Amino acid sequence: MSKLVQALNSARVRGWLYQALFVSGTLAVGWYLVSNTLTNLSKRGVATGFGFLNREAGFEIGESLLTYAASDTYLKAMIVGLLNTLTVSAVAVIFASILGVAIGVARLSSNWMVGRFAAVFVETVRNVPLLLQLVVWYTIMNRLPSPREALEVVPHVFLSNRGLKYPTFVEHAGHGWAFLALILGIIGAILIVRYGRKHRETTGKPFPTLPAALASVILPPVAVFVASGAPFAFDLPVLTGFNFEGGASVSPEFTALLIGLSVYTAGFIAEIVRSGILAVPHGQTEAGLALGLSPAHILRLVILPQALRVIVPPLTSQYLNLTKNSSLAVAIGYPDLVSVTNTSANQTGQVVEAVAMMMVVYLVISLCIAGFMNWYNRKVALVTR
Amino acid sequence: MSKDSIPQSTAALAASFEEEPSQASVATLPGGMTALKPFGWAKNNLFNTRANTVLTLVCFAILWFAVPPVVNWVLLNAVWLGTSDECRAAAGACWSIIAVKHRLIFFGTYPYEEQWRPFLACALFVAMLGVSGVRAFWRPWLVGAWALVLVAMGVLMWGGVLGLTHVANDKWGGLPITLMLSVFSITLAFPLSILLALGRQSSLPAIRSLCVGFIELMRGVPLVSVLFMASVMFPLFLPEGVTIDKLLRALAGLTLFTAAYLAEAVRGGLQAIPKGQSEAADALGLGYWQKTMLIILPQALRMVIPPIVNQFISCFKDTSLVTIVGLYDLLTAATVATTDPEWRPFFAEVYVFAGLMFWIFCFSMSRYSQWLERMANRYNRR
Repeated sequence: MSKLVQALNSARVRGWLYQALFVSGTLAVGWYLVSNTLTNLSKRGVATGFGFLNREAGFEIGESLLTYAASDTYLKAMIVGLLNTLTVSAVAVIFASILGVAIGVARLSSNWMVGRFAAVFVETVRNVPLLLQLVVWYTIMNRLPSPREALEVVPHVFLSNRGLKYPTFVEHAGHGWAFLALILGIIGAILIVRYGRKHRETTGKPFPTLPAALASVILPPVAVFVASGAPFAFDLPVLTGFNFEGGASVSPEFTALLIGLSVYTAGFIAEIVRSGILAVPHGQTEAGLALGLSPAHILRLVILPQALRVIVPPLTSQYLNLTKNSSLAVAIGYPDLVSVTNTSANQTGQVVEAVAMMMVVYLVISLCIAGFMNWYNRKVALVTR
Repeated sequence: MSKDSIPQSTAALAASFEEEPSQASVATLPGGMTALKPFGWAKNNLFNTRANTVLTLVCFAILWFAVPPVVNWVLLNAVWLGTSDECRAAAGACWSIIAVKHRLIFFGTYPYEEQWRPFLACALFVAMLGVSGVRAFWRPWLVGAWALVLVAMGVLMWGGVLGLTHVANDKWGGLPITLMLSVFSITLAFPLSILLALGRQSSLPAIRSLCVGFIELMRGVPLVSVLFMASVMFPLFLPEGVTIDKLLRALAGLTLFTAAYLAEAVRGGLQAIPKGQSEAADALGLGYWQKTMLIILPQALRMVIPPIVNQFISCFKDTSLVTIVGLYDLLTAATVATTDPEWRPFFAEVYVFAGLMFWIFCFSMSRYSQWLERMANRYNRR
């Protein structure tokens, strides 16, 4: 008896006991929910399992990177939705970063007016729900004039209620080769930068890194382009009848989502950039000046590496937020993952599987972005010995 | 840039990712904007370098071209109390759509004669928010007062007692839905988030991994998918014959979602407590719960008040998403108001109005959280 009391008083035994209780409690609740769900599903005559993924979807998707038709499977429909989500997120991340950095730096400007402009932008954008902003952008897109009275934003780029129309290059085999040359040039430039750094570190002599790298990026594609006969032609959008022909276009839904996500996230990124720059003590700049570095060198070698260390972790979560926020596309009818999954769930009734798949996909995306940013963060992190 | 605007501690820095106290912009006005030296101020802050002069002139040009049309649209050419035909004829904003539709925007489909009830509920609620903002009132009775106000709100909204007619909650809409969802979800999420944060810090691996799993799952998926799950899967979870209505389902989804984010904020507070505190409690012979309730949480929670307010702001904005699962919140009501064929051209006015509503709430709360943060750091600065 006393042994039992002693055992119950030991922290280790108690720990095991608590954990056993907690886990079994969780399992019991989980089992209860699952059994309820199964009963309810069988009562309603809804099938379970992922067999529905191979059946014909039977609905059209407005825009798609892959060739998709209503006769394709649900699985393909979901992949199309996923690609749409990834496309809009990737483009919006780029725009939001550029805009956010610009606004963040502008807010720190020694110019009072510029600072105020940036502050007003940030405070407006961050304090109004994203969904409201998206709805507003979408309403604006929808109430633009019809193609016949489209606004010509810049020559040959038209904005109408059918979306944004822009010219494209006429494809030619030479373009592919030039692109390949560009990639090879970039790889060459990376090697040159590495060699230049090593050369400087071992010999102490400067190496013309920048000109050499630039030449490596620019010259090969231009040479290939010229060698293939400089095939240079535009496919211009032309108004014929009620709509445009030629060129390429993005839909009003995509445009509204892209603008909304970029502008909203830029407000948050601006604040992150601002606090990151402010986190570098002014003494660092002064020390750089004392060492005789030029302002450009101080920014690149002293301020930015330290500011990035503060900026990157919250920036990661903003990129994640942007990707997750792209799910609001469902409200304005852009066929992203959520919207396609929702349609599939409504048609098949297999809500549990559909929602579970959607959540797993978002989790995987989140983990990938988080993993990449952690890797980058380790790269810029302070090296402590 | 003044050095004072550099956050002093890493905790303040971490908090500043959410809401940066905007001292920097104040600091750029170094007391020079007195009546005596406006020219000196302008010279230092607007025309100090050639580039800044160009930028200032560009800004003035933007203002010159942007302000007059906006003022004309908002004020001078606006129609305040006219018919839709007068609006169509006018060049400015048509604020009469707000005058006509404000009851719909604020209270949705709530029975028209009874709309003083949601109005009173919202007024009570906003007053209570104001009272809670005053630090002198941070006493135990405040919790009781909140409980009373919430009961009063329930009575007002549902009715069925005290001679009020019953209004089913599928008739509710507009501002009360937005306010109630955000407040209830943050209130319910708070205790849950403390448990989750403690669980995440626990030394027991099974409890820790379950809590981490839940938190990371919720933080890894978009709110829309959680709301979908709540609206379509919760009914399946329940035994036969038991149903919960749409509002409660959305509330449950929002609560779980908010709890995960709040748990991370609380964890920040827990991690900021020096280890010596916990060791001292152990040395005094306190048990786990005594240590947690008496030593750790009182210090940690004080530290996380600003992040909690920030979480409340984002929760307030997020409630607008319930429109996707078919609830009638402020944004849905605004959208419905723009679909009336008679007033269809005047969507901008309605969205400006709804946006302003959200903005007033969120901006004042974010300013409040910055003030709280400065108050909290007041004694930490040396």
